[in-house]
Amino acid sequence: MAKVLVVTSGKGGVGKTTSTAALGAALAQAGEKVVVVDFDVGLRNLDLVLGAERRVVFDLINVVQGVAKLSQALIRDKRLDNLWLLPASQTRDKDALTDDGVRSVIAELRTKFDWILCDSPAGIERGATLAMRYADEAVIVTNPEVSSVRDSDRIIGMLDSKTVKAERGERVEKHILITRYDSGRAARGEMLSIEDILEILATPLLGIIPESQDVLRASNVGSPVTLNNAASAPARAYTDAARRLMGETITMMVPSERKGLMNRLLGRRAA
Amino acid sequence: MDAIAEPSRQLVRMRGRSYVAFVFSPAVPIVGWLEEIDATLARSPNFFVGKPVVLDLSAVDLSQTAIAHLIGNLEQRNIRVLGIEGVEAAYLTAKMPPLLTGGRPCGLTLDEPKKPEVKPRPMSLLLESPVRSGQSVIFTEGDVTVLGSVGSGAEIVAGGSIHIYGTLRGRAMAGVNGNSAARIYCQKIEAELLAIDGYYQTAEEIDGALRNRPAQAWLEGDIMKITPLN
Repeated sequence: MAKVLVVTSGKGGVGKTTSTAALGAALAQAGEKVVVVDFDVGLRNLDLVLGAERRVVFDLINVVQGVAKLSQALIRDKRLDNLWLLPASQTRDKDALTDDGVRSVIAELRTKFDWILCDSPAGIERGATLAMRYADEAVIVTNPEVSSVRDSDRIIGMLDSKTVKAERGERVEKHILITRYDSGRAARGEMLSIEDILEILATPLLGIIPESQDVLRASNVGSPVTLNNAASAPARAYTDAARRLMGETITMMVPSERKGLMNRLLGRRAA
Repeated sequence: MDAIAEPSRQLVRMRGRSYVAFVFSPAVPIVGWLEEIDATLARSPNFFVGKPVVLDLSAVDLSQTAIAHLIGNLEQRNIRVLGIEGVEAAYLTAKMPPLLTGGRPCGLTLDEPKKPEVKPRPMSLLLESPVRSGQSVIFTEGDVTVLGSVGSGAEIVAGGSIHIYGTLRGRAMAGVNGNSAARIYCQKIEAELLAIDGYYQTAEEIDGALRNRPAQAWLEGDIMKITPLN
């Protein structure tokens, strides 16, 4: 049974694209056949994070409009045989997406893949609503700060009302993925705590991804963090999250970066 | 071989069957009796449509022309007479409905259109899931009860009181139809705005000591009171 999973947040810059790529790669590493679909038409990024930007010929809009076949637009990852990308168009905008077009593309992808990960654009407009429209499950990416949490709350409300599953009276299974978590700052009260976030959102937790330079480093070389440095703290957290998506029970760890003595002594530069 | 097929015989079968008919018993003066019929028709114009009607003339003494006149008057009112009883057979002409005998009284079941049962309008609205940011719940008929939390940026508008069995982080507006007796109750108060019957307080004006505690808000004259519960 193919599963359509939307990675969404409402707010921009919280790590939707990074998380889509990392979870997609982790699921593919676990042997699942995965496609990641970029719904951010006009501002595509997923191709860069996956390092496939120089191989894009056709895109999602071409397929939606019937200009190209799905097989022509799908790009296979060079590192993982069972990871594919359906890129967005950079020259068009979100109005080029149609409900019927998205439905038929998702229906075709369902016949070919185990997991269809939809990378939602920020906002609550057409692009975001169509990305979540046909989802079975949702990962809501949230940073530990109030604006991100409130936007996530808004998105959860939309997942419960605007998706096909919700309209049929069924439930979209929802998971919270907390990214850019800094345990030190949380301890000092400079960030919302995990308990606060979960209390506000009243939704189960999928994973906690620590704030880390490894994430930025991986994006810059065009590789999902789970592939670039599998031993790093964020990579381990994403891998655990992907295994939880597959139904495994793994104890939740609040990750912390191991710092060297010099780093600890000279961790913060005075202003 | 027979060249001519024998014509098959058609059997005429007779069966007995009884029906229930309306029996009209006209009374003198006939004009007054017809007015009664008109009054019934004015109340429900389709009362006699499709119903078999029998005239019982035993209580009146009418001439042949008077009977013909009465039948004509009923026809004008779209009432078709199936048969007549209570007169001498010789009184009736061939154009008139036939004479009926041997009628027995029975109960009439009137299949009048049943009025759709008026369900009492619900006076309260129950929400079993959290109200999320950006959602607006408007129920001007009565109370609203929320079993979860009301998120920051969400709003509840109620004609009556508002009961929240979670944290109120959004806006709650009670008594919007001018009900100044309405109240707002919540398990944990972190509200952005509270309003009762148009009088409101924003988060800034709400006493910080109440935060994160169970509280209720009500109106005393034109002053909003917010006090902790228990």
